Amino acid sequence: MSKPMHDTPMLDQLESGPWPSFVTGIKRLAKDEGKPYQNMMIDLLGQLEHSYKTRKGYWKGGTVGVIGYGGGVIPRFSEVAANYPASKEFHTLRIQPAAGMHYDTKIMRQLCDVWEKYGSGLIAFHGQSGDIMFQGVSSDKVQAAFDELNEMGFDLGGAGPAVRTGMSCVGAARCEHSCANEQKIHRILVNNFLDDMHRPALPYKFKFKVSGCPNDCMNSIERADMAVIGTWRDEMKVNQAEVKTFVAKKGRKYVIDNVITRCPTNALSLNDDDSLAVDNRNCVRCMHCINVMTKALSPGDDKGVTVLMGGKRTLKIGDLMGTVVIPFMKLEAQEDYDKLREIAEATIDFFAENALEHERTGEMIERIGLVNFLEGIGLEVDPNMIAEPRQCSYVRMDTWDEEAQKWFTRKAEEKRAAAAG
Amino acid sequence: MPPRMPIESGVPDPFQYMHPLMARNFGAWNYHERPRPGVLCHTAKSGDKIWTVRAGTQRQMDLYTIRKLCDIADEYAEGYVRFTIRSNIEFMVSNEAKVQPLIDKLTAEGFPVGGTGPSVSMIAHTQGWLHCDIPGTDASGVVKALMDELYEEFIKEDMPNRVHITTSCCQINCGGQGDIAINIQHTKPPKINHDLVANVCERPSVVARCPVAAIRPALVNGKPSLEVDEKKCICCGACYPPCPPMQINDPEHSKLAIWVGGNHSNARSKPTFQKLVAAGIPNNPPRWTEAAAIVKKILRVYKEDARDWERLSDWVARIGWPRFFELTELPFTKFHIDNWRGARRSLNASTHIRF
Repeated sequence: MSKPMHDTPMLDQLESGPWPSFVTGIKRLAKDEGKPYQNMMIDLLGQLEHSYKTRKGYWKGGTVGVIGYGGGVIPRFSEVAANYPASKEFHTLRIQPAAGMHYDTKIMRQLCDVWEKYGSGLIAFHGQSGDIMFQGVSSDKVQAAFDELNEMGFDLGGAGPAVRTGMSCVGAARCEHSCANEQKIHRILVNNFLDDMHRPALPYKFKFKVSGCPNDCMNSIERADMAVIGTWRDEMKVNQAEVKTFVAKKGRKYVIDNVITRCPTNALSLNDDDSLAVDNRNCVRCMHCINVMTKALSPGDDKGVTVLMGGKRTLKIGDLMGTVVIPFMKLEAQEDYDKLREIAEATIDFFAENALEHERTGEMIERIGLVNFLEGIGLEVDPNMIAEPRQCSYVRMDTWDEEAQKWFTRKAEEKRAAAAG
Repeated sequence: MPPRMPIESGVPDPFQYMHPLMARNFGAWNYHERPRPGVLCHTAKSGDKIWTVRAGTQRQMDLYTIRKLCDIADEYAEGYVRFTIRSNIEFMVSNEAKVQPLIDKLTAEGFPVGGTGPSVSMIAHTQGWLHCDIPGTDASGVVKALMDELYEEFIKEDMPNRVHITTSCCQINCGGQGDIAINIQHTKPPKINHDLVANVCERPSVVARCPVAAIRPALVNGKPSLEVDEKKCICCGACYPPCPPMQINDPEHSKLAIWVGGNHSNARSKPTFQKLVAAGIPNNPPRWTEAAAIVKKILRVYKEDARDWERLSDWVARIGWPRFFELTELPFTKFHIDNWRGARRSLNASTHIRF
């Protein structure tokens, strides 16, 4: 027999309106006679209404986990359990979805069945780190729920000072802009660091995110410690017949206003015969013209990735964008992927040894300087890493000649390799 | 019996769950079109076509909602779905004839079809009062209330360019960056429960966490505790997660602030972070009407004044911030002028002024 529902006049107001209501969903679970989660959801609604009334949150953390792992379960204990005892424990399992967040309905239903048996019946697709959030399970059922999900092929994601669950866009699975195998990069990077994910021992979180093109649908530049973004280095592909069709359909003015003059480096020009001239040497591969003229324009054939490091949000020194550390690398042969993995390993090792507690990679780079970081992970400097060279003359430069020589030697080697290759 | 040890399988291989037509044409797509709002049509080099119907969800879904979406996928689509970073669900079909019945069914079941192209997509958000341990406001509730107001902008594609909105229930801003970000802004220093600090908090790490060195160890009532130099404190709340007795959330003084112009895409301009435009907005459940009114006003002005393909950041870059404040009729205050590290870069060191 279920307990009575709490009055929820404020939450009730969130059931009206056209957008799907999470309150209606939770109420369905709370009215689900005889289900193991029913009372839990009745009290969850009570506590949430209490939060709405008092404008305060009432969950506190703790330590709940599964055998063998140090993280991945987000413990939640209620501070108002005296009034809402059935939801006094309401932990979350962070579960990593398949790269690109693909599901068939069979696996979705199986995920639901597990959460019907052990959890609250409430699942978030997906949390901001990319995990499926199985929200609401009591301490005594955490292990059993995880075991079943784990046997189905799913694993816990990261929490705390650890490598976190990664994210990758739909990419090559459906997008013509894709310049990389996003799911492969995602799986190689994250799956190589599962020990650092499951047993949190880093200074702070470390996130990998993979986007297949500079549109960066995964927001990796702003949010990933290591962002891998697909790009190309040969000429953008132009189907002139399709360009002409587009101009004929949209008009010259539209094309000039929305494509030609929007190019950030003035690399485009509309010819008198309505074909497109592209100054590829000055194209920065921003994607805008390709986004507008999807049928006429596309990335080139010589595809690879740009790697940026140190993106993060506010704490502790303010927002930081990722900084380019590898302007371009090919990802074709297994050795290429090995190299990317090795760069990630060197980065995480360096981060583990040199970052202060609760310091993100970007903050560490800010504190020690990009050059020290690059030397630490074994990458050479490159003018693509900066927006502009140094302005401040207060710098000691007595090894200038050696550094200049390194550049000339590297350039000569690159020239020899290009000639040989 | 020894305990069961986990299978450390990590990220699952997506090919086992991927629509077979997508798996077959992996890496070999040619172009895409948007036949109507909420629908994408991708053509592969092989000539195969796949239609994607995108629908909004409440993100925090009950089993019945998920199973209903599965039923729809089985009956009206081809049994495969995927989710976007903004918690929209996508159904893929290999036959154009299946598109309209799928849209009709989704709409009839209350799932809005949209979120593609120049629309306002589903709001990316945090956990809020439903699950977070440090929330100053709710997240799912704010998003539900706002998406009710922005429903038409989701199902239509008549913004100048796409609009990404995010909400965050504290200043750590897990919700992320957006064209418009609605975040909690604490306005008072933490209230310290000195009786609990010694038992709950690792004091040196709390001291180290403070970005402005406003926290010092102190003896209070003969017990080891912490004190805050309230003149230095920026009310960021960074001390609260490692030390809950430093209560930062306040039912009245934790307000909402609105930030605009975040854009992670490299398209046209380089990626940008969001900038403060409005603050001091009451944290008023269950509908957060004051915040919604400002968001709607910004969107209305952007829609009227921006040119095609201009993201909010591109539009402001063209018209300038003074004009933004004029058009939106939002007050410009001393708090809009950055005083954080490196702030001079955000000041106007030129005579570039529009009159």
